[in-house]
Amino acid sequence: MKYEAVIGLEVHTQLRTRSKMYCRCSTDYVNAPPNTHVCPVCLGMPGVLPVINKQAVEYTMMAALALNCTIAEYTKFDRKNYSYPDLMKGYQISQYDTPIGRSGRLTIQVDGQEKKVGITRVHLEEDVAKLVHRTAVGESCSLVDVNRSGVPLMEIVGEPDLHFPEEARQYLMKLHSILQYLDVSTASMEDGSFRCDANVSIRPEGSSELLAKVEVKNMNSFRAVFRALEYEVKRQTRAIETGEKVVQETRGWVEENGETVSQRSKEFAHDYRYFPEPDLLPLNITRTWVAETGAKLPELPEARRDRFVTEYGLSLYDANLLTSSKEMADYFENLCQDNKTILAKTVSNWLLGTVSAILNTNNIDMSEFADQVSTERVAELLLTESQGVVSTATAKSILEEMYKTGKSSSEIIAVQGLTQISDTGELEKIAAQVIQANVPAVADYKAGKAQSLTFLVGQVMRVTHGRANPRVVTEVLKKKLEEEGEE
Amino acid sequence: MKLSREEVLHIALLARVGLAEAEGEKLGEQLSNILENFEVLQPVDTSDVPPTTQSIIRHNVMRDDEVTPSLSQDEVLANAPQKEENFFRVRAVLEQ
Ligand SMILES: [Zn+2]
Repeated sequence: MKYEAVIGLEVHTQLRTRSKMYCRCSTDYVNAPPNTHVCPVCLGMPGVLPVINKQAVEYTMMAALALNCTIAEYTKFDRKNYSYPDLMKGYQISQYDTPIGRSGRLTIQVDGQEKKVGITRVHLEEDVAKLVHRTAVGESCSLVDVNRSGVPLMEIVGEPDLHFPEEARQYLMKLHSILQYLDVSTASMEDGSFRCDANVSIRPEGSSELLAKVEVKNMNSFRAVFRALEYEVKRQTRAIETGEKVVQETRGWVEENGETVSQRSKEFAHDYRYFPEPDLLPLNITRTWVAETGAKLPELPEARRDRFVTEYGLSLYDANLLTSSKEMADYFENLCQDNKTILAKTVSNWLLGTVSAILNTNNIDMSEFADQVSTERVAELLLTESQGVVSTATAKSILEEMYKTGKSSSEIIAVQGLTQISDTGELEKIAAQVIQANVPAVADYKAGKAQSLTFLVGQVMRVTHGRANPRVVTEVLKKKLEEEGEE
Repeated sequence: MKLSREEVLHIALLARVGLAEAEGEKLGEQLSNILENFEVLQPVDTSDVPPTTQSIIRHNVMRDDEVTPSLSQDEVLANAPQKEENFFRVRAVLEQ
């Protein structure tokens, strides 16, 4: 029998407000000493009065609107009760039955196919304190830093519409990209401001049977989500095929070992005893407020992608790649602005080729690259290349050098003498050497094998370290080979 | 409404209250009494009253996103039963 996976993702992301969700403490805790952004409200002292941060409500509405959700006309906050040392009050102020947004959708692209993934709900809650686990000699303890407690947290619950780990990865990347465009969240998986949990189950293909759902936690990168889901689907399929039972449980992804491990929590079902938060008054979200908030939405990735196709004449594929990162798309547009004589297609090729390779090799993101190499400088380099001052191959290594050293292309060209050789006389000498050194290729060429010429051009480029003008080299070589033939 | 022994123990567990056998008996009775007192409200006809989660008529009470100074680290930790390196120190938690 064939099985299919049923995957639903839950994303928690911190909102980019200045102050916390229910108090006026600063949310800027990342590099702060422990327990310095704390007041009686976020410390959970008795007798305090929380107040809703309006900006957080609007950011949540913006995200919900961007995800095509219906915005609630009436919404309230609820207490979710449980005991854990990271929860100062003994309850989290969350939203239970009246999420700000519901019934939305997100469109992803997998293997060139569009797929719509349902969004169940988008609601607002608060983050919890951070626990640091310590093991001293013979005794282990946990240390609590309350700075993070009360930072606005938005939860986005997706429908279990995903069937492959790659779909889940695409969904997550798209969601991340939308949040980046909206600028409502730092959305960084690395520092934990964008976290993802997955519900995974498998069932016989085509059936609607409901089987044991496994919750997978602890995935800290897009790649980790992909790998964890791939592992979990395999594990469950194998279990069913060998007649075992899949247990409904929570499992944690262990990156180093590439496996999920059961998190045997004390066996008692969570009993959250949700009830309406008596300290906060409900919200009536008027349609005027929704419209005003909707008007604040920036151009989103899909709209920008389509505009790149019509405005810059890029392929849908390239436009999609460029716009999936806001930073990359901004860089592209600035670069095109800086130099209107260079074709948008050329700029796109540079960003998706050489620049993306630099990002990968150095494990940096676009903003780090942009900090080191301005668009003006790249425009200058591309202009130099298009004028034939340097060859394309040389321009690529110059760009790498620009990133490494922070120097401009003209400085690098001047110091390293990288100007393109277009001088026929000089190239003729080199061509003659190459012809002498590659007798078999020359013979092949004369026997009618046209690719041999490409090989010989490549040899000249190699000798000149990529500085030769390939067009001139081709001409020179052709001429020389013909002359040889006549002798 | 009489609470069962299991219900009393479950509530105690959720509230993280340790109960001796005798205390369980006594608190069970008291909790049951409280619930019975509320049952007085049951006969009232509320079919014309829309359900609400608030008895206050106001709504949309929000504040602008502004930061004000927090407490000092010493004040924050002043009531901590145990502290270490400017953190609250608690018993080790291993559950995720
Ligand atoms: Zn606070």
